[in-house]
Amino acid sequence: MSIQAYFSSLSLLKLLRNLPGGVAQGLIWGLMALGIYITFRLLDVADLTVDGSFTTGGACAAMMILAGHGPWAALAAALLAGMLAGLCTGLLHTKLGIPAILAGILTQFALYSINLHIMGMAANRALSVDKYPLLLSSRHIPSAIGKGLAIAAVLVALMYWYFGTEQGSAIRATGNNPAMSRALGINIDNMKVLGLSLSNGVVALAGGLMAQYQGFADINMGRGAIVIGLAAVIIGEVLFRALFKRYINFSIMLAFTVLGGVLYYLVVVVVLWLKLDSNDLKLFTAVIVALFLAVPHFRDRNQHSFRGGKKEEVSGNA
Amino acid sequence: MLDLIRVSKTFNPGTINEKKALVDLDLHLDDGEFVTVIGGNGAGKSTLLNAVAGVWPIDGGRILLGGEDITSLPEHKRAVHIGRVFQDPMMGTAPNMQLEENLALALRRGQKRGLKWGVTKLEREDYRALLADLGLGLEDRLTAKVGLLSGGQRQAVTLLMAALRRPKLLLLDEHTAALDPATAEKVLELSDRIVSESQLTALMITHNMTDAIRHGSRLIMMDEGRIILDVSGEEKKKLTKRELIDRFAQSAGYALESDQTLLSKN
Repeated sequence: MSIQAYFSSLSLLKLLRNLPGGVAQGLIWGLMALGIYITFRLLDVADLTVDGSFTTGGACAAMMILAGHGPWAALAAALLAGMLAGLCTGLLHTKLGIPAILAGILTQFALYSINLHIMGMAANRALSVDKYPLLLSSRHIPSAIGKGLAIAAVLVALMYWYFGTEQGSAIRATGNNPAMSRALGINIDNMKVLGLSLSNGVVALAGGLMAQYQGFADINMGRGAIVIGLAAVIIGEVLFRALFKRYINFSIMLAFTVLGGVLYYLVVVVVLWLKLDSNDLKLFTAVIVALFLAVPHFRDRNQHSFRGGKKEEVSGNA
Repeated sequence: MLDLIRVSKTFNPGTINEKKALVDLDLHLDDGEFVTVIGGNGAGKSTLLNAVAGVWPIDGGRILLGGEDITSLPEHKRAVHIGRVFQDPMMGTAPNMQLEENLALALRRGQKRGLKWGVTKLEREDYRALLADLGLGLEDRLTAKVGLLSGGQRQAVTLLMAALRRPKLLLLDEHTAALDPATAEKVLELSDRIVSESQLTALMITHNMTDAIRHGSRLIMMDEGRIILDVSGEEKKKLTKRELIDRFAQSAGYALESDQTLLSKN
């Protein structure tokens, strides 16, 4: 195919038609990224449980709705199931001394079987919006975007409140300086378990929303969730830094994380529109995340090698 | 106030790196005593403080604080009664959290941390006054990230944090060793002031003999996991560096090649 033929085959109208759907789906990934923000940024742990717990949330929500429960009850079940998954990872890490990353991988691995059991040993479960009262659906995109935004706003407000409380501050302190936290009487093991539970609860809640939005739960729906979540967190941070010169407010940071999820998914929509093979999407995402993860590294290195030379000396001394 | 009874600790037991860090050590601190601890590298000074703080379990013996046996309590539970300042100025504060958030965490040392807001308006005013007392211009930077402060400022803040909720015992682990001499002097002065104002019982490790003599009400010298010299009251006030070195030679059974051995830092 000639380049000219390729370009003339791209329809701008088609892209515009696909953008709203991208925003809706991006919002759900952005919600999930809020969960990942808790572990990755506040607890300073890369928690790989999420690939499993996202699916757990979707599976729980789907089965609840198929059993005749309402969409809110389904989301509550997803949240609880996700918190249990996080609890497992937390206990593996703190009580059995397994490194956090490995503990997450183990839970995620085990969740594959558990998720299949939840779905009655089926690899996927359809949820037709015609038959069931779903909270949001890809068939009604404007309403899905509205509800997604509302849920995101509530979640951001809740997280802003919680991590400003004494308990939430203790979780942040644990991630920021564990030695100090112990010296100030904080039980850092408990804080890690709590943080991992909350994080996976949020992730599973997003999974429950995704199952409703796409109209099915699938055993593989969480594959790569951690990478997408990291992408959202990092895109949000880079954007935040570009817009504001200094740190403004935690709630704005969280809102930017959701925005990061939306931007990520819009890029996906554009890539698909450019007729790139959707099988290459994971490779593409990994490259994007690697690039964005490298940004702070290179920025720090520049600072240290020129103006920040003195700072390095101090920390080297200690 | 603090009792260590035949406390022992050996690192890497049964290996070529075996190190007897504390050997059947007995120590009693009275209420309100400010004890400086001095000794060469590997004498067991930091091990002594870490044993009291509960960084790891001891091999034998008992530790009592205010009459309560704390030997088997984990570090975060002992923290209810113990304030600590570390050698590394980066270690005592959370760099990504605001100055007032750090102080608020310290104010709740040993308290239940619930769902109340992390920093109240009322305590913010207290922090402003306390920081103004430091004379470092920090009272206007309550919402600044602590990571932006200098090492000396961070160490001063850590001291403030350690004493914010009055501890039964204050542990200072060579807390001026990583600072430049002028800043170290300021932080030592502040330590003196905080200890005397709140009438704290304190253990302070130092590698500097002059500081060990000048500060505190009692001086102990350690060598190879034992206390080899214990001086207090008038006797301590009259102590000189020369005398300290001589008495080290008497007690340890070997002479220091120079006072550098004691002066060198860990």
